[in-house]
Amino acid sequence: MVPFAGWEMPVQYDGVIPEHLAVRNDCGVFDVSHMGEVEVEGPRAREFLQAMLSNDLDRIEPGRAQYTLLTNERGGIVDDLIVYELDPFRFLLVVNAANKDVDFRWLKEREIAGSDVRDVSDAYALLAVQGPRSIERLELEPAPPFTFSVGALDGVECVIARTGYTGEEGVELLVMAEDAEQLWDSVLERGAKPCGLGARDTLRLEVCYPLHGNDIGPETDAISAGLSWVCALDKEFTGVEELRRVREEGPRRRLVAFVMRERSVPRQGMAIVEGGEVTSGSHSPMLEQGIGLGYVEAPRAEAGTEITIDVRGRERKAEIVKKPIYKREEP
Amino acid sequence: MAAPESYPDDLKYHHEHDWARIEGDEATLGITWYAQDSLGELVHYEPPQEGTRIERDTTYGEVESVKAVSDLIAPLSGQIVQVNQKVVDEPETVNQDPYGEGWLIRVKLTEPAEADDLLDADGYQKLVAEQ
Repeated sequence: MVPFAGWEMPVQYDGVIPEHLAVRNDCGVFDVSHMGEVEVEGPRAREFLQAMLSNDLDRIEPGRAQYTLLTNERGGIVDDLIVYELDPFRFLLVVNAANKDVDFRWLKEREIAGSDVRDVSDAYALLAVQGPRSIERLELEPAPPFTFSVGALDGVECVIARTGYTGEEGVELLVMAEDAEQLWDSVLERGAKPCGLGARDTLRLEVCYPLHGNDIGPETDAISAGLSWVCALDKEFTGVEELRRVREEGPRRRLVAFVMRERSVPRQGMAIVEGGEVTSGSHSPMLEQGIGLGYVEAPRAEAGTEITIDVRGRERKAEIVKKPIYKREEP
Repeated sequence: MAAPESYPDDLKYHHEHDWARIEGDEATLGITWYAQDSLGELVHYEPPQEGTRIERDTTYGEVESVKAVSDLIAPLSGQIVQVNQKVVDEPETVNQDPYGEGWLIRVKLTEPAEADDLLDADGYQKLVAEQ
C-alpha cells in the first residue's frame, strides 16, 4: 500500500504485469474511489460549465458523458475530467483525486447565480471494471462508449458508465460509498481480477492517455499536449484566447509518445538529449519494451524521429511513434 | 512463476540483499529471494561490462521492475568474468530462480578474505525478518 492523495492505495495485488494482462485479455477491476466527484446543479449549470470546460457540452445530452478539461486563463490545464449529464440541470464531474480540492474551489469561486457547485466525493465510491470480457462477465447489454445509465449489479444500485482509463471496453460503476464493498465482492465473484495503481498506469500509458501532474498540468496547454480534440475553440471558455493563439502560431513543443529502441526503462523526469523531458515512462507489458510520453521541440515531433533518453547517465535510443503506442490487432 | 521463499545454506549474504556462491577463487553473485519479491517482476537488467572490476559495497549494475529501479551492490570485490546473458534477455528469470538460472555475474575474487564479513543464511534471515 502507498499513500496517494490522502488515500492508502494498493500499487498491486498479484503483480503489475499479470494485472495488466488480465485487463488486456479478460477483465480486471480497479477501486478508484479516490477520484473526486463534484456536482453542478441548477437552471444555469450548463451555461456555467460551458464557460469553465474546454469541450462543447452541447454535444452531449442526458445519459451521455464527455472527456473535457478545466482550463486556466493561460490555457493551462487545472484538471482533466469526465462530465456526466445526469439531467439538463444536473452534471457530475469525476475529477482526479489529487486535484479534487483545487477543482472544487476553482468552480466554487467562479460559480454564477442559478448554478450550485457541491463536492459530493465522500458520498460515492467508484469501481472501474475493464477488459474485453468485462461486459460479458457483468452480463450487461452492449452500449456505446461514453454513455451511462442507472442500473443495478447483483442487487446493488449504481450508475453504469461506459468509460475507463485503459483503452479497453469496460464500465465504471459509481456507487454509494456504503454499498461499495458489496459491489466489489460481486465483481470479483464474476471473475474480475483485482488490479492496483501500477497496472492502471501502465495500461493508460500504452494507450497514451495523459496523466494530470505528469504529462499535463496548469503550466501545459491543451494544444501542445495533443488535446485540441477536446477543445471547442469556437466557444468561449477560460483561456480560449490563449489556446486559439497557440493553435494559430503552432505550439513550440509537443507531447509525443515514444518506444525505446535500446533496452531500457524510461522514467518521469529523465532528459531527452535533443531537447525536452520524459513526463511518463515505464515498461510496456504488451510490447515488452520501455515506452513513454514526453515533450519535444515541435519540429522534432514527427513519428519516426529518433530521440535519445538520458537514463541515469546512459544515452539510450528511442523512436517517436504515432499514438496510441499499443492498439489491439483487429481479427 | 515466482519462486517460493528460500535462503540456501551454501550461500553467503550481503545486507543489501545480494548473495554470493563462493567456489575457490571465483564467486557467482545475484539478488536474494527477498530482493526480487520486494521489486516484483523484473523487466530490465543493466549489467556491468565483462572484464571490469567491482568493489565490495559499491554499485555494479541495476535491475528494474515496472514500478522501481534498484542498484546492485557487490558483496565482494573482484573482476567480472561473465555476465548472465539469459537474465539480460529474460530478466524475469531472476524471479523464477533467484539462486540458480537467475544469477547475475561471475567474478574472480580479488579480496577473498572479504567473505568472512558476509552473513550466513541464518544471519540474513534474521535481518530480513526485521525489515
